[in-house]
Amino acid sequence: MTYLAKLLTSAALGVAVGFTALPATAETPDNILVIANRIDDITTLDPAESFEFAGADVIRNMYGKLVNFDPANLEAGYQPDLAESWDVSEDGKTITFTMREGVTFASGNPVRAEDAAFSLRRVIQLNKTPAFILTQFGFTPENINETIKVDGNTVSITTDKPYAISFVLNCLTATLGSIVDEKLVMENEKDGDLGNEWLKTNSAGSGAYVLGAWQPKESVMLNANPDFYLGAPAMERVVVRHVQESATQRLMLERGDIDVARDLTPSDVDGLDGVEGVKIMREMRGRLMYVSFNQKHPELSKPEVRQALKYLIDYEGMENSFLKNWYVTHQNFLPRTYLGAVDENPFSLNVEKAKELLASAGVENLEVTIGVREAQERLEIAQSLQNTFAQAGIKVNLEVGTGKQVLAKYRARELDIYLGAWGPDYPDPQTNAGTFAYNPDNSDEANATGLLAWRNSWDTGGLTEQTAAAVVEGDTSKREKMYHDIQATFRETAPFAIMFQQTEQAGMNENVEGLTLGGAITAISYWPVTK
Amino acid sequence: MTTETTNSRRKESLRDWLLTDTPTSRRHAKLASAYKSWLRLRSNHMAMFGLGILVLLGFVAAFAPWLAPYDPYAQVLSDRLLPIGSEGHLLGTDSLGRDILSRLIYGSRITLYIVTLVALIAPVAGLMVGTIAGYAGGWTDTILMRITDIFLAFPKLVLALAFVAALGAGIENAVLAISLTAWPPYARLARAETLTIRSSDFISAIRLQGAGPVRIITRHIWPLCISSLIVRVTLDMAGIILTAAGLGFLGLGAQPPSPEWGAMISEGRRFLLDHWWVATIPGLAIFTVSLAFNLLGDGLRDVLDPKDGAS
Amino acid sequence: MALVEKQRNGRIKPPFPRWVNTTITTLASVSVTMLGLLFVTFIIGRVMPIDPVLAVVGERASQETYDAAYEAMGLDKPLLVQFGYYIWDVLHGDFGESLLTARPVGEDIARVFPATFELATLGTLIGIFAGVPLGVMAAVHRGSWIDQIARVVALVGYSMPVFWMGLMGLLVFYGILGWVAGPGRISIFYDGMVPTVTGMMLVDAAIDGNWTVFRDAFSHIILPASILGYYSLAYISRMTRSFMLEQLSAEYIVTARVKGMSERAVIWQHAFRNIRVQLITVFALSYANLLEGSVLTEIIFSWPGIGSYITTALLSADMNAVLGGTVVVGLVFILLNIFCDLLYKVLDPRAR
Repeated sequence: MTYLAKLLTSAALGVAVGFTALPATAETPDNILVIANRIDDITTLDPAESFEFAGADVIRNMYGKLVNFDPANLEAGYQPDLAESWDVSEDGKTITFTMREGVTFASGNPVRAEDAAFSLRRVIQLNKTPAFILTQFGFTPENINETIKVDGNTVSITTDKPYAISFVLNCLTATLGSIVDEKLVMENEKDGDLGNEWLKTNSAGSGAYVLGAWQPKESVMLNANPDFYLGAPAMERVVVRHVQESATQRLMLERGDIDVARDLTPSDVDGLDGVEGVKIMREMRGRLMYVSFNQKHPELSKPEVRQALKYLIDYEGMENSFLKNWYVTHQNFLPRTYLGAVDENPFSLNVEKAKELLASAGVENLEVTIGVREAQERLEIAQSLQNTFAQAGIKVNLEVGTGKQVLAKYRARELDIYLGAWGPDYPDPQTNAGTFAYNPDNSDEANATGLLAWRNSWDTGGLTEQTAAAVVEGDTSKREKMYHDIQATFRETAPFAIMFQQTEQAGMNENVEGLTLGGAITAISYWPVTK
Repeated sequence: MTTETTNSRRKESLRDWLLTDTPTSRRHAKLASAYKSWLRLRSNHMAMFGLGILVLLGFVAAFAPWLAPYDPYAQVLSDRLLPIGSEGHLLGTDSLGRDILSRLIYGSRITLYIVTLVALIAPVAGLMVGTIAGYAGGWTDTILMRITDIFLAFPKLVLALAFVAALGAGIENAVLAISLTAWPPYARLARAETLTIRSSDFISAIRLQGAGPVRIITRHIWPLCISSLIVRVTLDMAGIILTAAGLGFLGLGAQPPSPEWGAMISEGRRFLLDHWWVATIPGLAIFTVSLAFNLLGDGLRDVLDPKDGAS
Repeated sequence: MALVEKQRNGRIKPPFPRWVNTTITTLASVSVTMLGLLFVTFIIGRVMPIDPVLAVVGERASQETYDAAYEAMGLDKPLLVQFGYYIWDVLHGDFGESLLTARPVGEDIARVFPATFELATLGTLIGIFAGVPLGVMAAVHRGSWIDQIARVVALVGYSMPVFWMGLMGLLVFYGILGWVAGPGRISIFYDGMVPTVTGMMLVDAAIDGNWTVFRDAFSHIILPASILGYYSLAYISRMTRSFMLEQLSAEYIVTARVKGMSERAVIWQHAFRNIRVQLITVFALSYANLLEGSVLTEIIFSWPGIGSYITTALLSADMNAVLGGTVVVGLVFILLNIFCDLLYKVLDPRAR
């Protein structure tokens, strides 16, 4: 045999031996929390810019805020965090926060009132996507020096109207309320970008963790901040790895390669039932699944047709099959647990009634297109709609595209029907009321692409005014009642059929304790976790 | 009785007519050589097996409405994810409670549709570009071949993806995208053949008789390129089916609720661990059809392209 | 390969030494091809109905935020101007910034390309070391059971959807048997334990001498590489067989046999030696196919390679990333082709 042939043989043998003599997989170390999650939506870790779920998860663990949620007691609502206390002025327009003493950033710099003011002004100045959460209070780049003021150990913010205080404070618990380390950030400023470029891939907070590394679409690694003011977290390192497939996440969990799997489908959750060493945790989240009907469409704009379509959705069938334990029927735009949320779900599949309604509207041979993005559960919902709509003689074509593709059409008011999901931006009823039931100018020229009501060309028939009144109502119980009324009208008349609210099902290693995903109001918290 | 005898006699005489060593006309000669090729192909069991599968596929596609036990789109949410061999659902049901066998049967139509269209578009486009480049030579050749090189240098699936993304997802666009990635090799092949034919004596003779380039290319060069193209197309079929399935898998091929096999795998992969058949059955279907095309292609190559000398 | 033909046809009278001419023509044609490649990709990116601005600003953006981003991205300029700017930047080594990762595309590619390179290389090696012997054996024992096995192995490889095989492989070898490690390049707690030198986990671990990490990385890569390797095996064994058959029926082989040479010597020293060059072309082609064909495998195995990088970028209209990725893959493809052409010229006397 020649040299080459020998080489070939030995190499083939080597491969064969290497293949069979592989190490068994190890358990994850005790001081490291390993999570599998889809994190490919993270495009930035700058709190003034980040606006996606996975980014909110990371940022919540790296930054403190003026007011924040206690993971051990989410129901209690916002609590003091970097601000120890706050006072409201007589006219209800100015809130003054007193900073907590002795807290430092991970960099060692003290957390000062100046940092808080800088962080909030920075949001307004950068004016990235989430900035509207603050600008809705009348802050502009021109007036921020007057409206956001530092005085010794306090920082005060002044709004243009006397809004409900809970509304303002709830907004400050959103990701963009994170307090960044002014000194550190400004050291890394480039071309007057207020450190935006640098903060995209670095952290400058006072939270429980600091950013170790972020490999886009691969992993995020967080290292514990030993000087965290609530005490150094038990998990010295948290690694979130991007794993696309639910089945893969499940396999990794079963084999002990990860501690938590966050994107399990109902079928994989069922499969994990009874697997030793694995438990399932369920937490209601704020995300809603809805379909909306474009009011530019001559038939869809008829009230009877909108009503009929709401009776042509098999809420129960879907909830009990492919959405089992994952999405729960919920037909109102405020997620459960929100102020003013109601639990009335009057609609169910009723083909006969729908047919009557369609007949009374004189609609025959209706053919519509539903735009839906390429995601398995949405495709299944869309196909179910296609099936039930057909039972009343409505022919449905599906237009499937990537998220951005369908979204662009939706924003341009070009879709007949859109099947989408909506997650609240901050834990106040205004977050959803202000987009589902608020549309001050329905003309094409208004171009209010951020408002769902506008995207569906819906002139809200008076709900806009009611919504605007609700945000300035100082009395909480009155405010709650107002949202009940708005939703009652909305349910019947709106061109939106809200269908489901999400329940997140995370599979985790039995020994993981203390993890909260953040409920419907905030993001995940790693610092209370032990294992 | 009588008719049968006549029939068989006529068949025999037809066979003799086809196998004759002294053809009476050009058409006769062509038919005879085709028939001989067919006989050679018929003796190749593997190729015949492949052909058999494809004929069966055609049959299934043609008679889908009569063969399918259920409407492929009918959902019964209470009967979802039934296993293989369930009462009334031979191959089980999918996530929306649709009968997998029925979907498979209707899906064969989509597979055939894609394959046929691509097989018509890509080689024809390649043939045109290749023969024109080869025959014209000079700048035309350089430019056309440079374009071919550009498309050849593209990552194939990425190019297809880009096109589908640009045109919108759907079967027709998937067909276009696949054709777009598939034509360059045909152009290369046709050009190479043209170069050898162009300088041959009989082309010069025809040119002297005053035939224009269009006539020469369409009447004399194309027919000579066709047999090698056919072999290549048959061998490429499997690749086309797999690319289409890949697009379906990525959600850019046929759109729901269409029972395209790649999309069925994609839908079923979420249940792979507990309900393996939902993804496995369409996977096997794709495998079988690709295998059939490969077997047939192998056989055809032996018959039409004997210089390759495979067994 | 067309490059060679062109030179052969267009040989007039060289004013320079031949290799200078060849180099210039080759360089020119490579640049033209690359420019065309970029242009086509660029056009596709611009006609795509996916809005790159939305990818940056997200669903909730107000119209003002949207408009600001639109202008910042230079989308308000005419198409050709945009293309001109882009080429200008590329010539200065700047591929722009990816929208999705907020990093320079060059940096991204330096990270994802080695991952694919490692996978495809190992895959091709498996294909070569299993495929060549199989092909030779099949040719030598033509028509025997080993030939039949080789044929079935190859046909299955040609006919199996790779994503299905990947899913099944993952289920069986990782999920059920536990022989190999799961998706990704390395177990999470080994992440970052060896310094990045080449970007290839196996090589980096070997350089560092950290064999624990090496074993872990190996157990991650072996399954996807074997699956890719199987496809390249199918192709390589088929081609080897057909090349060998051609040689074995040649006259000089008969002569060698008549002269009483041992069968082994006839096969390896004569027949096999003569197909080396052809084989290397096949290897290169198969390699190029794996580099670009690993997209689906990468997606299934959460492998952070260039295939999945381009794909996700494409679906979010992250055109800088798509263009950068396409250039790299296209360039590798072209270079491999040129390499083969050169090899032919150097090693194969008939091609001179």
